[in-house]
Amino acid sequence: MTQAASRAAADNGALLTVEHMTMRFGGIVAIDALSFEARKGEITAIIGPNGAGKTTVFNCLTGFYKPTIGRIALNHPSGTMLLERMEGFRIAQRGGVARTFQNIRLFGRMTVLENLIVAQHNALMRASAFTVAGLLGLPRYRHAEQRAIAKAREWLDKVQLLDFADWEAGNLPYGAQRKLEIARCMCNDPLLLCLDEPAAGLNPRESAELNEMLRSIRDEQGIGLLLIEHDMNVVMGISDHIVVLDYGRKIADGTPVEVRNDPAVIRAYLGEDEEGDLPPVVSDTMQAQPEATDDNTEMA
Amino acid sequence: MAEHPLPGGATAAPSGAPAPDGGRRSSLADMGKEAGLAAFVALMLALPMGGFKTTEAVTGLSLTFRPLFVLVAVAFVFVGRIVLIVLRERRGAPRGDGGPGLMDRIARGASQGSTTIGIVILAIAVLLPFMPFSSRYLIDTATTVLIYVMLGWGLNIVVGLAGLLDLGYVAFYAVGAYSYALLSTEFGFSFWICLPLAGVFAALAGVLLGFPVLRLRGDYLAIVTLGFGEIIRLILLNWYDVTNGPDGISRIPRPTFLGLEFTRRPAEDITAFHQYFDIPYSGEHRVIFLYFLILGLALLTNVFTQRIRKLPVGRGWEALREDEIACRSLGINPTNTKLTAFGLGALFGGFAGAFFATRQGFISPESFTFIESAIILAIVVLGGMGSQLGVVLAATLLIVLPELGRELAQFRMLVFGAAMVGIMVWRPRGLLAHREPTLLLYGRGRGAA
Ligand SMILES: Nc1ncnc2c1ncn2[C@@H]1O[C@H](COP(=O)(O)OP(=O)(O)OP(=O)(O)O)[C@@H](O)[C@H]1O
Ligand SMILES: [Mg+2]
Repeated sequence: MTQAASRAAADNGALLTVEHMTMRFGGIVAIDALSFEARKGEITAIIGPNGAGKTTVFNCLTGFYKPTIGRIALNHPSGTMLLERMEGFRIAQRGGVARTFQNIRLFGRMTVLENLIVAQHNALMRASAFTVAGLLGLPRYRHAEQRAIAKAREWLDKVQLLDFADWEAGNLPYGAQRKLEIARCMCNDPLLLCLDEPAAGLNPRESAELNEMLRSIRDEQGIGLLLIEHDMNVVMGISDHIVVLDYGRKIADGTPVEVRNDPAVIRAYLGEDEEGDLPPVVSDTMQAQPEATDDNTEMA
Repeated sequence: MAEHPLPGGATAAPSGAPAPDGGRRSSLADMGKEAGLAAFVALMLALPMGGFKTTEAVTGLSLTFRPLFVLVAVAFVFVGRIVLIVLRERRGAPRGDGGPGLMDRIARGASQGSTTIGIVILAIAVLLPFMPFSSRYLIDTATTVLIYVMLGWGLNIVVGLAGLLDLGYVAFYAVGAYSYALLSTEFGFSFWICLPLAGVFAALAGVLLGFPVLRLRGDYLAIVTLGFGEIIRLILLNWYDVTNGPDGISRIPRPTFLGLEFTRRPAEDITAFHQYFDIPYSGEHRVIFLYFLILGLALLTNVFTQRIRKLPVGRGWEALREDEIACRSLGINPTNTKLTAFGLGALFGGFAGAFFATRQGFISPESFTFIESAIILAIVVLGGMGSQLGVVLAATLLIVLPELGRELAQFRMLVFGAAMVGIMVWRPRGLLAHREPTLLLYGRGRGAA
């Protein structure tokens, strides 16, 4: 555990508490009575085989779905918020829960910089007095816009996209689009950042850079991170805490070391019938040290 | 977003393009099949549309069959299709692969030099009435063009920026026109009081329409807005007590220039424009005044849109057009954002409607049929969604071309339709489709894509 993480643990208040969350689609139970916690200054990973219900968890947290049963409490500085009762966009606006998408959702025909300015929409709306001050060109709005640009610039620098600021976002290379989506979330000043497979489709070098970036977001911003990821190097390397789902049910919950040695997890990943040695890639990554070396990084 | 986009974007994916030699191998049989299919469609169209002719006989009207007409049409399509196929294969590479085409470069240049071009066009517009070749007919046509430019710019907020396909925009035009007509004839309010009120009423109608359709997108939204346009027209037609039904409202007061009327012999206590300036009376004064009035209103629409595009609301609209789900995940309220777009778009439609009423002096539901909505939408789409200059170009083309083609009489609509199809084939995103960023970190020199 990192320093920041142990500090957060000392506070002993979870940032996000999910209790008995169940999501049904007709007959399908996509999530089944799931409970877990995510803390400030920690990276909480949610892993599981395809179709385990990971993205559905995010959709419930961020208001795109209303869970059939369950309670989602966010420990916000201004008081506890029950996310399952809030309208979708308010969860981001008031609660500060930001997310990325498994199949990147950028504003493709707008520039990279514009994407980051749109992320600061609510702050800028207030500064422009809901457009009136903006139309009149009052200094109050102009200064706010300058600050917004400065913040966007800072994040572009952090994700090494400063040179691409004026590109159309849809024209960026794939890896850059993933990084931009994270930067866009960060410009929104989140309290909890939810990342849905941020390493998917990245090459090993980009994936290592991503690890570094997520660590630095955790340590410098002190926010909570929820991470869905298939790439075991990323997961084992940077998570403080892992929740494992299988068919919508939680089958394990603990530190990377605990989860790695959990028989239920190994069974879920390899199937019931399979016995004996782990296939090379999985065994490699499963047994890798938390500080995974970059050269054996493989895409999951 | 499913595919991995390539850097630069222009590099075309090879999947869609047939292999260079593979294309040429399409046999004669294939060619015959394709041309035959086209000819069959032509047959099905030509038979009912031109194959029969009514002739007067002693017994009354009777139908005669015109085989030659059908034959010519079918043969023309068959041969034309073969020529097209041959041309297509000779050209080899499919369209869109040879880097940005001429029109793309023009569109880009036009949008980057839009300030200069805008000033030049504005200067021409201001000087137009004072040109030696200027005539009453020319000014009248220019006024009509400007009404459509203004409507196009208004609808551009909804369709071009917010990406909400609105097929009932004429409803707001109608609300504006009737608001002005009723307020001025019933309560005797002057034009300058009625104008903002007409805009406000139209904007309210816009918000009213906005509420039920917020969840809809694309085709569904288009159908509901189309219905809304018809509802408004039917209300105007049937609410006889208020709107005078199909008879319309006549004797709508004309606008005044700072209280000066444009009449030859004004009432006792009122001064007319020509008396005040001590110039001989001319019917053209009012025409020119109306022209400048709509020019001013259109400019207001343009300046407002240009400005609001660079404000958070405007960027919110464009973001909503790009991806509504991402907007929600960033805490943008989609309801409010859409309603402002509907409301502001309708506001300008209402202004234009008030102008229309005062210019015509008479309005009836006839003027607000679906075809008007279609023309306004066509102006926005043909111009290039979101392009201010494109709207001017498309409005000019759509209004002036039919005027020029008056001699062609019955072929006018045919030429018009063919032009529309042509533009959709060659420039599916509109004539001047190029989006100019609302802000740049490095200015125009750098920055790719
Ligand atoms: N809107 C929906 N309607 C019906 N079923 C759904 C819906 N969304 C998700 N599901 C179902 O819920 C289950 C979990 O899907 P989910 O997308 O959450 O999986 P995942 O863990 O994110 O998988 P992957 O690793 O492939 O992204 C799947 O069986 C899916 O078919
Ligand atoms: Mg998923």
